[in-house]
Amino acid sequence: MPPDAGVGSALGFLAAPAAYELVRSRHMLLSEFDADVADAIVEGLVQDAGAHCGAAAGERPIAVRRSAFMRYAGQGHEIMVALPDRRLLAADVVTFRQAFEREYGRLFARHIPDAEIEIMSWMVLASTESEPPARLAAAPPRAPPPPAGERSIFDARLGRRQVVAVFDRRALLPGTRLEGPALIVEEGTSTYISPSFEVAVDAGEALILSARSKLD
Amino acid sequence: MRKQPNDIDLQIMWNRLVAVVEEQAQTLLRTAFSSIVREAGDLSAGIFDARGRMLAQAVTGTPGHVNSMAESVKHFIAHFGLPNMKPGDAYITNDPWLGTGHLNDFVITTPCFYRGRLIGLFCCTSHLMDIGGIGFGPDGTDVFMEGLYIPFLKLLDAGRVNETLMAMIRANTRQPIDTVGDVYSLAACNDVGCTRLVEMMEEFELETLDLLAEHICAKSRQAVLAEIAGLPKGCWSNSMTTDGFDGPITLRATTTIKPRRYPRRLCRYRCAGAPGHQCPARLHYGLHRVRAWLHRRQ
Repeated sequence: MPPDAGVGSALGFLAAPAAYELVRSRHMLLSEFDADVADAIVEGLVQDAGAHCGAAAGERPIAVRRSAFMRYAGQGHEIMVALPDRRLLAADVVTFRQAFEREYGRLFARHIPDAEIEIMSWMVLASTESEPPARLAAAPPRAPPPPAGERSIFDARLGRRQVVAVFDRRALLPGTRLEGPALIVEEGTSTYISPSFEVAVDAGEALILSARSKLD
Repeated sequence: MRKQPNDIDLQIMWNRLVAVVEEQAQTLLRTAFSSIVREAGDLSAGIFDARGRMLAQAVTGTPGHVNSMAESVKHFIAHFGLPNMKPGDAYITNDPWLGTGHLNDFVITTPCFYRGRLIGLFCCTSHLMDIGGIGFGPDGTDVFMEGLYIPFLKLLDAGRVNETLMAMIRANTRQPIDTVGDVYSLAACNDVGCTRLVEMMEEFELETLDLLAEHICAKSRQAVLAEIAGLPKGCWSNSMTTDGFDGPITLRATTTIKPRRYPRRLCRYRCAGAPGHQCPARLHYGLHRVRAWLHRRQ
């Protein structure tokens, strides 16, 4: 949990990748798959989405992901299926079926053997890659401050209330480590560290909660 | 569970079961070919214990389907027998009296196994658009005119599809692609439910659903009895005249609630006797519960 998470969320928006997504409707039965028509649609989308994305991307490289919305002919809902990142060929009638059945099986447990498949629309997402931020240096260990108070909290695992130490978040400096149960309070929220967790404050003052090894 | 679950643990697991069967229903909705299923949710989905008691039902669905499906699982268990059930099995019927009301409703029951042991059964039903015949309506003089009748049969035998049955279904409907597709959709949604239940058993370290089933049934019974006890005592009647087919039909219903005596049936109907105007007792049973619920809400 980063400090002032609401502000972090707004900053994160600024750091989000530049992206543009385009969808085009064009019905095509897989049994009547026309690789040239399909490739022209997808390539057109790649050009258009890439141009829009490039306007915001600056010098950053752009990655393109192609997909199609497909269903069994007669159904009312489609699923998104990833398409190969290359020119579409007549032989893709087989790869499309395999990709559809794999995704359908993953979502719905069981595909329908040999049933007609239809493509409803085509989609291209052009996006810059978002780099994870650099890792913070480890904070040197520090002893926890004295609790600011205590509070009675119901522990569902024990099935009864227990008294838990309360800590002021501002007093928890980087490197501090606490074992649950503990309650960390600040103006905007409270963080309950259950007995199954421990918390460490990192160099950026974020609370890092980790599950402790299994308790009995 | 590492320890005896308390009421909070049981409530969390109960809610989890509701989430499991909701995903089951959403799978049915998403994969349906039948437009009345995918557009209007004419379906039901639920999980049952080995005694055939419904433990949770999906929020998505219709009361007429849910309550008739709830009874049908007992018939599946009686017909096939728990000891004969194997992983990968699924059973089917569209019997209007033992299933959910008319031939267009397919009911599919799938036993769910965990560590080699049957832990419960998933059941679902949906309204298929065509099953041959003239359908359920006032023109039919008997059930055989209404379409293809499927007795209790194995749809899947240890994972193998009953191709003979599929060929019979395909040959007896005006919409072979949709009808066969919907049969697969029904089987698939039970499979999704079973996968999620097994994950739940692992997460909560459960061996069986027995304790949870007892809790759900006891609490539900207690809540329903408390609701009925709170209803005003007395006798009420109402009637409604509809256009009918050959002439107007008047439906009458009477509800009697006596102090400390819980009526087994809350309503009594008087229906017209012409063929095709009848409603299987199974659906009445479902609707009795709807009426009881509506009454309470008023």
